[in-house]
Amino acid sequence: MRMSDFVVREAICADLKAGTKEGVIREMVECLRAAGYFKTGEPEDIVKAILKRELLGSTGIGRGVAIPHTKHMSVDRLIGTVAVSRGGVPFESLDGEPVHVFVMLVSPQDRPGDHLRALENVSRSLRDDSFVRSLRQAPSKESIWGMLDDHEQT
Amino acid sequence: MNGTPLRTTVVISNPQGLHMRPITAFVERAGKFRSAVYLSKQEGQRINAKSPLALLGLAAEQGTELILEVSGPDEQKALEALAEFLASYKTDED
Repeated sequence: MRMSDFVVREAICADLKAGTKEGVIREMVECLRAAGYFKTGEPEDIVKAILKRELLGSTGIGRGVAIPHTKHMSVDRLIGTVAVSRGGVPFESLDGEPVHVFVMLVSPQDRPGDHLRALENVSRSLRDDSFVRSLRQAPSKESIWGMLDDHEQT
Repeated sequence: MNGTPLRTTVVISNPQGLHMRPITAFVERAGKFRSAVYLSKQEGQRINAKSPLALLGLAAEQGTELILEVSGPDEQKALEALAEFLASYKTDED
């Protein structure tokens, strides 16, 4: 599995406006909705599910990276999006640092293996500090998409 | 490093595998010990098990055998506590 297999290209956000955890999650879910995912009422439900998951422990895993996620019946395959905050957002991360790079995952209910492989894939890319730095400076969704695609071919 | 690390094998019992929540809980526990902590799959590369990003890279599903290695001043305690955690962690949530 590659990141470009589940990241929805049109839902990538290169310049998040939100400055809070809930705001970022809402903005990213809205990007997925605007890209044609989810039916009426579902986005709010997904936002709540992701926030509920965050209460169990932040998905801000340090080094300026967070992977907010949930399982939801509205999707029949794993989808995700990538977003960047220029200013950084407090996310109660493991290392206490603000988060600049977000990868959101929405998985079907019954595919724990796919979810793990997506996490593996995301972690492989985000362990590369220079890649994370490039993402943070990316000017547009197209440049982020290009980086995801390029990085996986190396 | 002080000599050969202590080592044991653990089998992941959680039906959802070693996903993010057990990983962050594991990192918090591992961080309480002064010893270095490593995990690897049978055929795989050894990773620093105090790094959540490295742990995500294991993609360990239910039934996966992992080799836990610990080396340092509190290695015996760390090995016991961390092996017990990995083998017994179970939740239906993600």
